[in-house]
Amino acid sequence: MSSHAHSAHAAEAPKGFIGKYIFSKDHKVIGIQYYLLALTAVVVGIILSVLMRFHLVWPNAHLPLVSGGLMTPEQYLALVTMHGTIMVFFVLTTAPQGGFGNYFLPIQIGAPDMAFPTLNMLSFWVTFLAFVAIIAAFVVPGGAPISGWTGYAPLSGIGEVTGPGEGWGQTMWIISISLFCLASLLGALNFIATLIDMRAPGMTLMRMPLTCWGWFVTAILGLLAFGILLAGGILLLLDRSAGTSFFAPAGLVINDQVQNHSGGSPLLWQHLFWFFGHPEVYIAILPGMGVASHVLSTFARKPVYGYRAMAMAICGIGFLGFMVWGHHMFVSGMSPYSGFAFSVLTMSIGVPSAIKTFNWLGTLWGAKIQFKSPMLYALGFVSLFVSGGLSGLFLAQPAVDNRLHATYYVPAHFHLVMGVAAIFGIFAATAFWFPKMFGRMMSEPLGKLHFWLTFAGTYCIFMPMHYAGIGGAIRRYADPSAVAYLAKFQPLHMFMTIAAFVTAAAQLIFIFNFFWSLKFGAKAEKNPWNATTLEWDTDSPPPHDNFHGQFPSVYRGPYEFGVPDAKEDFIPQWVEPVKVARVK
Amino acid sequence: MRTRKRNRGSAVPAAMLALLLVILVVVTVYYFTVDTYAIPPAITAVGAAVDHQYNLTLYVTGTVFILSQLGLALAVFKFRDRGQRVTFTRGNNTLEVLWTSATIILFLGLGFLGRKAWADVRFTDASASAIPIEVTTNQFVFNFRYAGPDGKFGRLDPKLISASTGNPLGLDPDDPTGKDDIVVPTLTVPINRQIQLLLRSQDVIHNFYVRELRLQQDAVPGMTIPIHFTAEKIGQYEIVCTQLCGLGHSRMHSYLNVVSDADYEAFLKQQAAGQ
Amino acid sequence: MAPTTVTDVIDLTTPRKGGGGGASFGGGDGDEGSSAPGSSAVPQRTYITGMTVGLGGILMFFMALVSAYIVGKGMPNSGWQPLDVPRILWLNTLIIVASSFTLARSRRCFRADNESGFRYWWGWTTALGIFFLAGQIIAWRQLVGAGIFLTTNPSSSFFYVFTAAHGLHLLGGVLALLSVAFRPTHRLTRGTATEVVAMYWHFMDGLWVFLFLLLLLGR
Repeated sequence: MSSHAHSAHAAEAPKGFIGKYIFSKDHKVIGIQYYLLALTAVVVGIILSVLMRFHLVWPNAHLPLVSGGLMTPEQYLALVTMHGTIMVFFVLTTAPQGGFGNYFLPIQIGAPDMAFPTLNMLSFWVTFLAFVAIIAAFVVPGGAPISGWTGYAPLSGIGEVTGPGEGWGQTMWIISISLFCLASLLGALNFIATLIDMRAPGMTLMRMPLTCWGWFVTAILGLLAFGILLAGGILLLLDRSAGTSFFAPAGLVINDQVQNHSGGSPLLWQHLFWFFGHPEVYIAILPGMGVASHVLSTFARKPVYGYRAMAMAICGIGFLGFMVWGHHMFVSGMSPYSGFAFSVLTMSIGVPSAIKTFNWLGTLWGAKIQFKSPMLYALGFVSLFVSGGLSGLFLAQPAVDNRLHATYYVPAHFHLVMGVAAIFGIFAATAFWFPKMFGRMMSEPLGKLHFWLTFAGTYCIFMPMHYAGIGGAIRRYADPSAVAYLAKFQPLHMFMTIAAFVTAAAQLIFIFNFFWSLKFGAKAEKNPWNATTLEWDTDSPPPHDNFHGQFPSVYRGPYEFGVPDAKEDFIPQWVEPVKVARVK
Repeated sequence: MRTRKRNRGSAVPAAMLALLLVILVVVTVYYFTVDTYAIPPAITAVGAAVDHQYNLTLYVTGTVFILSQLGLALAVFKFRDRGQRVTFTRGNNTLEVLWTSATIILFLGLGFLGRKAWADVRFTDASASAIPIEVTTNQFVFNFRYAGPDGKFGRLDPKLISASTGNPLGLDPDDPTGKDDIVVPTLTVPINRQIQLLLRSQDVIHNFYVRELRLQQDAVPGMTIPIHFTAEKIGQYEIVCTQLCGLGHSRMHSYLNVVSDADYEAFLKQQAAGQ
Repeated sequence: MAPTTVTDVIDLTTPRKGGGGGASFGGGDGDEGSSAPGSSAVPQRTYITGMTVGLGGILMFFMALVSAYIVGKGMPNSGWQPLDVPRILWLNTLIIVASSFTLARSRRCFRADNESGFRYWWGWTTALGIFFLAGQIIAWRQLVGAGIFLTTNPSSSFFYVFTAAHGLHLLGGVLALLSVAFRPTHRLTRGTATEVVAMYWHFMDGLWVFLFLLLLLGR
């Protein structure tokens, strides 16, 4: 259907199993590799969280394979740390961007591959190494670190004396994160260069699918943020192994021993970490927002409401995302005046997020909604993002943060936005693009069942968690028995744990559906959803160069659904204007 | 034409999703309203101001929550595929400007309204007549130091810290001003007097939090961080550590005892006598 | 009836606004393309974009170190003892600044199709880069000889971290210079290769001058 054939040398696809599937430079293979890595990581992460929830309600239950039978506080804290680290980095930063972004950005802009395929391959394998390193933290002497995914110094910056897992475990954590930073920086570079320079004729920025806008701004955030974490990680490693004192002040006394450090600032670690950490959470959600807009429009058969505003909102969220990191530090000892400034900026970031929500509702209003499973996940995303985003408004205000900081309110908020909404973005993308990636349809009944159970289940886990926080229940507590007032939250914890078990079990449906459909799903055509963007113009799965040498040109925006005088209810981007069938 | 076909298949998922969203709203609002796990009332005026700001935020976000989720439910049900034509539109710039402005005013307004509750504690120093009490945290205990009758805190030396031999703070025996310092594991304060806490840490970052004060602050090694409060209700309140500090994090707690003036004087006398 | 969209119609005769400039990209992934320059699937200017973007990421890394330095220096009770920068750093700075001039000269020769001139000045740039690195190592040895190690003082910690981080990046630059001199490029034209390496080199030069001034003024 395209009209812009290029003069070309023929595409030379790699031969041999290793070249095709292991050390492949094809962005599609790399995208699937990232996705499978994220799938592995999420299974590990869920197991860790199930163990955590189990311990919170049955702390005295004897566990097999645990020496002594009972989970110790340091084991619980190791679960907390590793669950957070693995989920944030190896699931939420990997699947949406490394997985789907890698696979579909080039195709959606009409390019044969990423700008730098070798670099792309390198990025994946360094990420893989990073994953190996973080898993290694479980088995090194001393076990996994216990300082949380945030790794605050000096707990993380002195060494084994501060606690179990703070020796080799913390070192592996730093190595893993540093490798991840390197891989992400290279990946971000690739995305940005590809998007700027390799768009097909006619693909102006304002005709890009919102998925591409999501990946674009996410890549910019990654480029600017991961270098900061890398620097911080190197300094932390030096503090621990070389005896420097970037984050350690003088006079630290642990077990009555004065530590040999001087001149450092624990707050410096927090500033460096959160300067990265806050953009990181927008890295986790922006691709999902792009996917949500894309899927909502496709299955509502109506253009995205306010496309330009949506693109600007993505940019606005990205831009403001660099200015709000201090809202993690209101009670840290940072200047309270800075705190208030950060608060104002944080409340402001609610504005582009609200714009997106209004526009999603606007897309649905007057639409013709088809409830296929991608759409269900996208609708779920909107609901979950609203819930989680609104609870952020409480935490954005330092006065209220006095009450809610480090209570269960905080994980309630970030799980709803990251641990559920962003995950629903991944589910939606999977259901939507599976036919294109693998040439087969996923099972609709299984997809729907998985959606209902997960949507209800995750709300059952994380909405009640707010109540615990409002009442003053403290997070990261391995054992509530020492503090009398925590006992009354146990029924709430029991409810959340049961909900967590059921929801975790329901994920088996998704995993089964994924692998079963690979083999037995109905064969997919080129464009099973009657969608408009360039990936639907090529084979399912696409050939090595994405377009069999016939690269498309783009004639219109990405969401031409329900155009009044068109015969079909959608006009794809690649169809020449003269060829669009019109109603007389 | 493809778009004209009647699609009854969408009624069930549309209804289910709309119903789930309605249930979400009803159950969430219910539990926020009955507040089963309510926090105990604040015992300071600033604490009450914090609660006021919290409630205001709850009303605002609650309204937005209800409207958005129900709006989503309505849209999803009303505009399910029944074979209709879509109402084609690319958007409406006026509407964009309107709801963006409304959101800016609402969110920023809310933020600025919350300034005072923050400023009253954090932008304002403790008054000169406040009682200074030093809070020293370490893995995994709180220690509280009163300056004693001379009103001066004695010098501390990290090298002298020895919890096992009864010198958890490392008080320097050569400093005479430290001789009358009172070091205790719980915090006793008189009612209606401003208290200035000087937060310190010996090892890693800890935190001092009393729910009823609606006040918490990290204790950072290498820093002495002041906060202040005036308790208005006698009672015993839990002090907890909220900053992950190691394996004993959840065991690290103490008590705030707010007592009458008379009882406070008695406490000080008793401690002095025991020295 | 709703108005038809303006974006429906595109004049295919106007120069395309969306795609990249340079060579049209064909059906290959470029990896196994011929060694003829400019035959890549990727437009040449993409490599310039890539380098620009990459330098942005590197800049943020160094800015994190710099802000850590500023915070550390300004902390009360930090025991910060200002460091006397080894005198050889003045010479090193001169060397690296000179290397930017030789690099610019080299590229002028390249553009003028002066192959021998290009090689001559490119070679000098590489040599100056190596001299710079050697000079940095000498500076370290001088500090160690004076009893100033990585952990001696926060100021010395930053000194070593700055110089090591910059030095490592500069080593990468030296390897790139050598690579362009000796290895034929497949995907990049030689012009593009020299341009991106030059961008990197000048950036590292400028970065060093900045770090050097920071360390000087920090005394």
